Amino acid sequence: MSDTQLHDLISRHEVDLQAEWAKAITSAGSAREDLMKPEELRLQCSDLLRRLRQALKHGGTHDLTGPEWKEVREMLVGVSRTRASQGFTPSETANFVFSLKEPLFQRLRSELSAKPAQLAEETWSASTLIDKMGLLTMETFQQAREDVIRRQQEAMLELSTPVVKLWDGILALPLIGTLDSARTQVVMESLLQRVVAEGTVVVILDITGVPTVDTLVAQHLLKTVTAARLMGTDCIISGIRPQIAQTIVHLGVDLTSVITKASLADAFKIALARRNLMVVKRTAAVAAPVPAGV
Amino acid sequence: MPLTKCETLAIRAEADVVLVRQAVRKLAIEQGFGLVEQTKIVTAASEIARNTLDYGGGGEAVLECHTDGIRKGLRLVFSDQGPGIKDIGQAMRDGFTTGGGLGHGLGGAKRLVEEFDIVSAPGSGTRVTLVRWK
Repeated sequence: MSDTQLHDLISRHEVDLQAEWAKAITSAGSAREDLMKPEELRLQCSDLLRRLRQALKHGGTHDLTGPEWKEVREMLVGVSRTRASQGFTPSETANFVFSLKEPLFQRLRSELSAKPAQLAEETWSASTLIDKMGLLTMETFQQAREDVIRRQQEAMLELSTPVVKLWDGILALPLIGTLDSARTQVVMESLLQRVVAEGTVVVILDITGVPTVDTLVAQHLLKTVTAARLMGTDCIISGIRPQIAQTIVHLGVDLTSVITKASLADAFKIALARRNLMVVKRTAAVAAPVPAGV
Repeated sequence: MPLTKCETLAIRAEADVVLVRQAVRKLAIEQGFGLVEQTKIVTAASEIARNTLDYGGGGEAVLECHTDGIRKGLRLVFSDQGPGIKDIGQAMRDGFTTGGGLGHGLGGAKRLVEEFDIVSAPGSGTRVTLVRWK
């Protein structure tokens, strides 16, 4: 395998190759002009081609982990990461590298048409090199995507949990999603602060939006209830669905010390009773005047 | 007991426990589990996955779908290379914990599934297998 051959080929036709490569990417439908400007793509092509040429000049092997290939590696990793975050699909990202094959092989064919054996060898060598570059790109792409997912997960966990005032002295805390330690801490702090500020008598913790209640979630709930109780506030846990109730029984977690209700409405009714309030249906005799415009 | 599907998930961070729960729920739905059965197996998986992370220092979960005649089931294997459990009987007992938890995780998980197996020894990690049939 002669890297000099490939190196010479690239240096002789660098400008043409670069244009043809960019064209090949576009015709493969992987240019995504909605996400990346054509000039930017051309710049990436010329940059990578230059780095590839330099690597071939210095590097005796096609081992991409070698120090001569550092520049190429960095470029591929960078391109791959930006594309992952820009919303390119995996195929579109891979095609960026693989599209180099067509123009490169064409050049090889026209230069070595008289020597079929050498042509076959050069094509094979160039092909494995580009495959390796493609694989590196994909690996990085996947890593970058996983990073994005991880970040999104963290953002989800930090979803603010609003404390809602239902009535004077009655607060509700609609919990949604995953209750891990960090988030529960935030929830508990904001709840206790509001308890003081509002002079709350009853707090309703609604877990309708919590898909799984395991022992850790139960423990967090119990701690919140205990803390609120220490401040003189009663807690009601609502939103216990049938499947959750059965699971809690099997887990053996004791929630009997807490008032629990199936729905937020039921819990609100209890809370109103605690405040000596009641909701009554309006009759004609006590009907308030209908506001103008209704 | 033919295996129809197999997935392996790493448990390295708190977020991975969430991913395990979601994956188990998805498979349970695919296997035609009812809402109560889904919730039970997901909760059991959540308990054991958290133990793998908190006490085992991380590990992996292998989620398998099985069919046995007309029965469909899920088999979940959680393994870690952590310090292991000295006294399994004690660890299984409700209310016992070496962390700060409620101490209902292992026993609770066992009651939520149909087959439960735990293999552990000090220094050689822990492996917990959960099986639930539809």
